[in-house]
Amino acid sequence: MAQAAKRITREYGEIEANPVAGISIRPIDEDMFKWNIELTGPKDSIYAGGTFKLLLTLPANYPFKPPILSFQTKIYHPNVSNDDKGSMCLGILRSDQWKPSCKIMAVLEMARGLLLEPNPDDAVETTIAEQFKTDKSQFEKNAKQWVKQYAK
Amino acid sequence: MSSDDEFMSDQMSDDAYGDDDDSLGEEFDEDDDQDFDDGKEDKPSRKAYEVDFKVFSDEQIRKSQQSQVEEVSSILGLPGEQCAILLRHFKWQKDRLIEKYMDGGEEVLEEAGLGQSYDTLPRLEKVRGFACDICCDDERGLDTYAMKCNHRYCVNCFRQYLESKIKDEGEATRIQCPSEGCSRIVDSKTVDLLVPAEVDNRYKELLNRTYVDDRPNLRWCPAPNCEYAVDCAVRPAQLHTIVPSVSCRCGHNFCFGCGFSEHQPCPCSLVKKWLKKCEDDSETANWISANTKECPKCISTIEKNGGCNHMTCRKCKHEFCWVCMGPWQEHGTSWYNCNRFEEKSGSEARDQQAKSRASLERYLHYYNRYANHDHSAKLDKDLYVKTEKKMTTLQSSSGMSWIEVQYLEAASKVLQQCRQTLKWTYAFAFYLERNNITYIFEDNQKDLEMAVEQLSELFEKPTDQLANAKKEMMDKTAYVNNRRIIVLEYTATGLAAENWKFTVDLK
Ligand SMILES: [Zn+2]
Ligand SMILES: [Zn+2]
Ligand SMILES: [Zn+2]
Ligand SMILES: [Zn+2]
Ligand SMILES: [Zn+2]
Repeated sequence: MAQAAKRITREYGEIEANPVAGISIRPIDEDMFKWNIELTGPKDSIYAGGTFKLLLTLPANYPFKPPILSFQTKIYHPNVSNDDKGSMCLGILRSDQWKPSCKIMAVLEMARGLLLEPNPDDAVETTIAEQFKTDKSQFEKNAKQWVKQYAK
Repeated sequence: MSSDDEFMSDQMSDDAYGDDDDSLGEEFDEDDDQDFDDGKEDKPSRKAYEVDFKVFSDEQIRKSQQSQVEEVSSILGLPGEQCAILLRHFKWQKDRLIEKYMDGGEEVLEEAGLGQSYDTLPRLEKVRGFACDICCDDERGLDTYAMKCNHRYCVNCFRQYLESKIKDEGEATRIQCPSEGCSRIVDSKTVDLLVPAEVDNRYKELLNRTYVDDRPNLRWCPAPNCEYAVDCAVRPAQLHTIVPSVSCRCGHNFCFGCGFSEHQPCPCSLVKKWLKKCEDDSETANWISANTKECPKCISTIEKNGGCNHMTCRKCKHEFCWVCMGPWQEHGTSWYNCNRFEEKSGSEARDQQAKSRASLERYLHYYNRYANHDHSAKLDKDLYVKTEKKMTTLQSSSGMSWIEVQYLEAASKVLQQCRQTLKWTYAFAFYLERNNITYIFEDNQKDLEMAVEQLSELFEKPTDQLANAKKEMMDKTAYVNNRRIIVLEYTATGLAAENWKFTVDLK
């Protein structure tokens, strides 16, 4: 725990020192194991104009286990579960692919990258993924509609 | 059962593996090996329904891996540790590995996560000005570790990483360097060096697990906590012609083909279909397999208390068969109709509704008998346990020696095994087309079933009479066992020759 805290504090300092456009972070309380995140939809993406609130939870044995990321703003996206959890679980967010040398920023950048380019082959929402592949214009229409409805 | 013991100790399977270079056989030390090459004719001939197999302990499996590693190591001139990783990467296909390595060594090493040069023993180091990228510790004198890829972390972090992979994720052969983007595989010397003994043991266990999982000729005994593995040459492609029952040293009999409990004579694919069907139809079928029934004559409720199907109503003394509810007199004599489902005439099936009812009835006929033997096996066992207890008391009061009641245990074992066989004969029969060999099969099945019921009935004798029934019981046991062999021989021979006609596809 103490070990995790040291690493988290260090990472927080690094992010504060080198902020990344479109990603803002705010630890919820002093022990820093829960962070509020805000992602803005990338300019050239269908999520442009939206602001997405996320919750980042760091496990007690971080960084040996990956952070947990959940969308608190509803989003129409093949890689985000369409339920009250809004969980995203792919790539380095999976414990078999996560490496302890990965950083929180890499996770957030990956999440923002997925707004720019969803990954339908590793989807949680298979029907949305199917639509993304076969009926892109309808997918975009729905996604934009949700941005308007939930992310403004 | 004696024939089992014989089967176990008499394993002479080396010749069965002779043409299969994948085999484990030659890797194990066996003191009695030499005799086999020239002494073939002396072997007892194997029954058609039996397969050759060997049981290996955890320890033997480890040793076998070790000797293969050493062999490859001497051929390729690479350190053993590296060969172990290569062999795992190639799923223990030795020849393929050697061939590939001869073609292009570096490429193979890279692919297996080894990279170049890999020869010195791993060791901890203290490095000046080091800061651990995982925990951010930069204390002086910190012990650090890096594999050949030079991704260095403090020893605590490296250890914690490995422990979490091994203990939480059950990973062993595919643990990569902790560095993001580095796919170098952590070798077992590194694990040995860094983790405590208890985690290292778990790691070795997992390596063993994957080793067995990677070898088509090996399967872990599925019994809980059993640490033996069985080596058998039967491959999935053969499973429509053979039902490979094996018995583990722990006493568990199971199918090498699918890992399910022993299910001869029914082939694996039919077992799967049958269980699926039973699950789907369970609601309809449940009522019929209930443990209570009404006496067909006086309608008072009767509960089955032993495995025997010969029922006598306590109230009216009417004797009947539990399975078909027909009068028992018709069963005890030469005409026994309980195992055979008479197909309804075509005219009745004309109507669609009647058809589906007929098909349900047909299914229930087989299911009922299948479930009944399953249930009876349990009751038989309970009865045996009770009987044995009574006999032990009797023995101490009458001065009979322990040896004299051993026949009860033998009888009980045979009874259990025959119930198991009978159970699966009904699943088998359900999928059979009606033809001559099916009729012969049903006759064999009927003979076995009758013999089993008679043996089961002997257990219901009062204890004082049981002591005098020793010879009768032993004779019956031998007879029943024989009937089982006949059923299994007949079905196995037919399977091997692909003579059976099934209503579904076996493959
Ligand atoms: Zn560290
Ligand atoms: Zn590395
Ligand atoms: Zn076992
Ligand atoms: Zn099987
Ligand atoms: Zn009655």
